[in-house]
Amino acid sequence: METKSNEWEATTRKNVRHLAYWTGGWALTIALSAFGPKFLWDYNFSISILAILVSTIIGVGMILVNRKYFNGLDEMQRKVNMDAMAIALGAGVVGGMSYSMLDAAHVISFDAEIGHLVMLISITYFIAFIVGSIRYK
Amino acid sequence: MKNRIKVLRAERNMTQEELAIEVQVSRQTINAIEKQKFDPSLPLAFRISRLFQLTIEDVFHDDQPGTSDSANATIIPSGPRM
Repeated sequence: METKSNEWEATTRKNVRHLAYWTGGWALTIALSAFGPKFLWDYNFSISILAILVSTIIGVGMILVNRKYFNGLDEMQRKVNMDAMAIALGAGVVGGMSYSMLDAAHVISFDAEIGHLVMLISITYFIAFIVGSIRYK
Repeated sequence: MKNRIKVLRAERNMTQEELAIEVQVSRQTINAIEKQKFDPSLPLAFRISRLFQLTIEDVFHDDQPGTSDSANATIIPSGPRM
């Protein structure tokens, strides 16, 4: 029984750790691609392309690791995650389109940035995940 | 879906954590199943039943009207037809 416990918990912990590494790595390469041209390599075309390429490759790795983490969850944890993802996706599409239209119609005084959309999706996912977890407690 | 997991666990002096380890899910999932907040998949229901050496019907009961469980309930005779 103890061995089984250790195996399952160890696998879950390993998946979470890998996901954290890849997400952190992706965030770092995104920051490097965003701020590097201005502060580090003076808009050198080749370095910028390389940084974006590395960021994209690490992003693909992060997606695959996230999928592995998701498949390692048990069925209730998967349901909570899927519900949260469905709400986050809906909020992203509906919120993103509304935000874009506000910008196009000059209702807002600033440009609609993709970063705001990413934040909306992340926050929505986080809240939906917490609410879902509480619901099944 | 109603179930007898809590009773069956108690009969065997088994904690939620121990049952969760045996059927390879989290303790929270066992708790949610016991409280009827989450219905397990058929494979998980089989794993739980097999662990208790019972059939699925002995562990889980469908509480929807019109099912075999509700058909076994006491039948109240209706009044005379008009």
